Amino acid sequence: MTTLAPRVPSRFLPVLATVALFVIAFGVGSARYDGFASGQVIANLFIDNAFLIVLAAGMTFVILSGGIDLSVGSVVALSTMVTASGLQAGWPVSLVIVAVLLIGSTLGLLMGLVIHKFDIQPFIVTLAGMFLARGLCFVISVESVSIKDRTFRDVATAAIRLPGGVTITYNVVIALLVVAAAMHVLHRTRFGRTVYAVGGSESSALLMGLPTTRVKVGVYVISGLCSSLAGLLFSLYMLSGYGLHAVGMELDAIAAVVIGGTLLAGGVGYVLGGLVGVLVLGTIQTLISFQGTLSSWWTKIVIGVLLLVFIAVQRTMVRR
Amino acid sequence: MTESPPPVVEMRGISLAFPGVKALQDVDFRLFPGEVHALMGENGAGKSTLIKTLTGVHRPDGGQVVLGGDEVAFTSPGEAQHAGISTVYQEVNLCANLTVAENILLGREPRRFGGIDFPAMRKRAKEVLARIGVHIDPASSLGEHPIAVQQLVAIARAIAIDCRVLVLDEPTSSLDAGEVAELFRIMRVLRDEGVAILFVSHFLDQVYEISDRMTVLRNGALVGEHLTADVDRRTLIAQMIGRDLGALEAIEDAAEKRHPDGPVLVHASGLGRRGAIDPFDLEIRAGEVVGLAGLLGSGRTELARLLFGADRADSGRLLVDGAPLRLRGPRSAIAAGIAFSSEDRKGEGLVADLSIRDNLVLAMQAARGWTRPLPRRTKDQLVEKYLKALDIRPANPDALVRTLSGGNQQKVLLARWLVTEPRLLILDEPTRGIDIGAKAQIQQLVTTLAAEGTAVLFISAELEEVVRISDRIVVLRDRRKIAELDGSTTGVDEVVELIAGGAAPEKVVS
Ligand SMILES: Nc1ncnc2c1ncn2[C@@H]1O[C@H](COP(=O)(O)OP(=O)(O)OP(=O)(O)O)[C@@H](O)[C@H]1O
Ligand SMILES: [Mg+2]
Repeated sequence: MTTLAPRVPSRFLPVLATVALFVIAFGVGSARYDGFASGQVIANLFIDNAFLIVLAAGMTFVILSGGIDLSVGSVVALSTMVTASGLQAGWPVSLVIVAVLLIGSTLGLLMGLVIHKFDIQPFIVTLAGMFLARGLCFVISVESVSIKDRTFRDVATAAIRLPGGVTITYNVVIALLVVAAAMHVLHRTRFGRTVYAVGGSESSALLMGLPTTRVKVGVYVISGLCSSLAGLLFSLYMLSGYGLHAVGMELDAIAAVVIGGTLLAGGVGYVLGGLVGVLVLGTIQTLISFQGTLSSWWTKIVIGVLLLVFIAVQRTMVRR
Repeated sequence: MTESPPPVVEMRGISLAFPGVKALQDVDFRLFPGEVHALMGENGAGKSTLIKTLTGVHRPDGGQVVLGGDEVAFTSPGEAQHAGISTVYQEVNLCANLTVAENILLGREPRRFGGIDFPAMRKRAKEVLARIGVHIDPASSLGEHPIAVQQLVAIARAIAIDCRVLVLDEPTSSLDAGEVAELFRIMRVLRDEGVAILFVSHFLDQVYEISDRMTVLRNGALVGEHLTADVDRRTLIAQMIGRDLGALEAIEDAAEKRHPDGPVLVHASGLGRRGAIDPFDLEIRAGEVVGLAGLLGSGRTELARLLFGADRADSGRLLVDGAPLRLRGPRSAIAAGIAFSSEDRKGEGLVADLSIRDNLVLAMQAARGWTRPLPRRTKDQLVEKYLKALDIRPANPDALVRTLSGGNQQKVLLARWLVTEPRLLILDEPTRGIDIGAKAQIQQLVTTLAAEGTAVLFISAELEEVVRISDRIVVLRDRRKIAELDGSTTGVDEVVELIAGGAAPEKVVS
C-alpha cells in the first residue's frame, strides 16, 4: 500500500524550456551581432517591456484559474488616458495613481462578478470589457494627450545606475516588485494555491470546501489592478495618453504567459514563466531590429510560430 | 453504543428534485455521536444526494437539517466543513495538479510570515498519511498516484481536522483489504472519541463489520432505519432492491461448467515494461474469462495497460490470432478488437457533459473509424440493448452522464466498451461502486459474453468476484506474475495465500 513515487520535475519542464529558448535566442544574437551581448541590451529588454511584465503577472493569475482576460490592453490604454488627462487637469500625481488603480480593479471586479454570477464564458465577458474600456478612452478624448507634469517626467526619465555602467528606469524596479509580489501570493498563500486548485478542477475545489467564488472573482480584480499599474508604467514610458495605445497588447501578454509554460487550460504554470516569456518576446524583437532589414512584422510571425510550438508541446505533456 | 445522547445530525422530511428525477422524497435521517451509520441503497437510490444535501452542495426543496440542535442551511461545502462536517465525496474530488500535502491541508494550512509554511505543511501531511498507513512523498503531485492512493489522500484530508461528523461516501471502492482494515481502525478510533460517522459502501461485509446502525433508501425514499445487529443480509438486500434476489446465486456455478477451448486469441510472451511489470507470458483464448488477482500496486493495471497499448512494452511481444501485433497505442489495440474499460472513469472514458447515447455512439464510431458510419437504427438498437442489459437508471438515453449516480456512470462506461463488440475485453475494476444487484448482472453479462466467444480479462480487488467468474486466475505480486490457477478448482483462500506471499510454490495449471 505504499507507493514511493520519484519526484519528477516534469512540472518545471515547460519553464525550463522557455529559459533555454531565451538563452538560445540571446546566444544567437550575441554570436551574430556586435554589441548584442551587453548588459545594457538586457537592461533594455526590461525597460522596454516593464509594462508587459506586469500584465503577464496579472494574466498568469487569470489563466491559472482557468480563465482568460482580453481586456488588459484596453485597460492599459484607458489608464494612460486617465493619467494624461488627470495630470493635464492639474490633479496631484498621487490622486492620479489612486484613481487609475481604482478604475482598473473595479473593472476587473465587475467582469469577475458577471463571469461568476451569470456563469458566462470569461472570453465573452472580458471581450465586452475590452470594448468598454477602449470606448471610454475616446469619451475622455479622441486626441493623444501628452504628459507635461514635472514630477511624472522626472520619474520617467530618472535612471538608476547599476554596477557596470548599466542603467535602468523605475519602471523596471516596479515591474520586478510586482513579479515578486505575484510570486509570493501565487506560490505561497492560500489564495494563490486555491487559484491552482480552481484551475485544476473547479468542482473538486468546491467540494474541498475552498473559497472558489472569492478566487474566481479575485483573479480578475488582480488582473485589472495589474493592467492599470501597467498602464501607469506605459504612461511613464510613452509620456502620453491615447486611446489607441496598447492595441493588441492583451495578446502579447497571453502569448508571453503561454510561452512561459502556463497551461491555457489552467492549473499549471509559474509567474516566473511569464517573465521569461516576456523576455523571449523582447529578445526576438531586439534580434529583428539588430538584423535591420527585416520588417518588424517578422516579430509577430516568429511569436506565432513559437506559440504554436509551445501549445503543441503542452498538449503532449498533458496527455503524457 | 449508548442510546442516550441526542443525534448530532437530524434531517427531517428532506425532498429534492432534479429535472425529471425525484432524487429524495421526504427522507428522515439521524446520525448519533460515537457511532458508525451505514447509508444503504442501490445505485441511484439517493445516498450521495442525501449527503450533498447535508453538506451544502445541494439545497433541499423541502425539509430541515439540524446540526447539534440548531437548524442549518449551508450554502457551500466550505460552510459545512467549518461547522465540523468533514466529507469524502464519492469519486476522488481532489486536484491532481497540486501536491499531496496541499490536497490534504489546503484551506487549513499552517502559516508563517503571511504565507504558507510549506515544511510544516509537508510534515503535518506526512503525519496524517501515516495515521492511515500511507507512506508517500507529500511533495509529489497527486496526479502521479493511482486512484486508490488518491482515495486514501482524500480520506487523509477528511481526518486531518477535528470534526464531529465524518462522512465517507464509498471510500473503500478502490481499496484493498489491508487498506480497508487500516481505514476501519481509524474509524473505530474516531468513533470512540465521539465522532459521528456516516459510511456508504456496496460491500455488505464491510457494512456489517463496521456499522452500528443503518438507514436504507430505495428510489429516493426512506425504507427504514435499523440497528445493524437487528437485520440479516437477506432482509437488508430485500429492503434495498425491493425484491428477493435470485440472480446472484444463479451465476455462482455458471463458471464451473464451462471449459473454454476456443482458439488462442491473445498470446503475450515475455511482455514487460521496466518499473511497471516484469516480463510475463499470458495466453487468453476466445470465450475465456481470465481473472487477475493481486494487491494494489502488484501490477494488475500495468499489465492490462500493456495489452491495450496504453503503455509501451519494452520487452517481449504480443501475438493476436497468432500474428505479431505491434501496439503503437490504444488506437491500434482498438483496431485489433481489444477494449479496455479503465478504473479511472473520471479521468478517462466518459464525457460527462454528453448524454448516455452520445457517449455510446462516440465509442462505436471511434471503433469503426469515421469512414464507415453506422445506420441510426443500429445505433439506437445497440444503445437500447445495453441500457437494458446493464439496467442503467434512468433508462433514458438522453440523460447527461454527469447527472447519473456514481454506479450508473460506471455502467455507462462499461456499456461504452461493450457496444464496440470487442474480441478481448479488459475490465479494470468494472464493478467498483456498483450495487450488489447490478454486480450480479455485470458478472452475468461477462459470463454471457464469454459464452458468445469474447475473451475477457477481469481485474478486481474483490477476490471472491475474480474467483467466481474466472476460468483461469493469474496471480500477481510485486509487479510479477507468480502463478496461474484453474478457476474452477481454486478457492479464495488459496489465492489469498499466494498474494500474501506465503512461500507457496509456483503452480501452473493450464
Ligand atoms: N446533478 C444532478 N442532476 C440530475 N440528476 C441527478 C444529479 N445528481 C444525481 N441525480 C440523480 O439523482 C438520483 C440519485 O443519485 P445519487 O448519486 O444520490 O445515487 P447514489 O445512491 O449515491 O448511487 P450510487 O450508489 O450509484 O453512488 C439518480 O437518479 C441520479 O441520476
Ligand atoms: Mg453515490
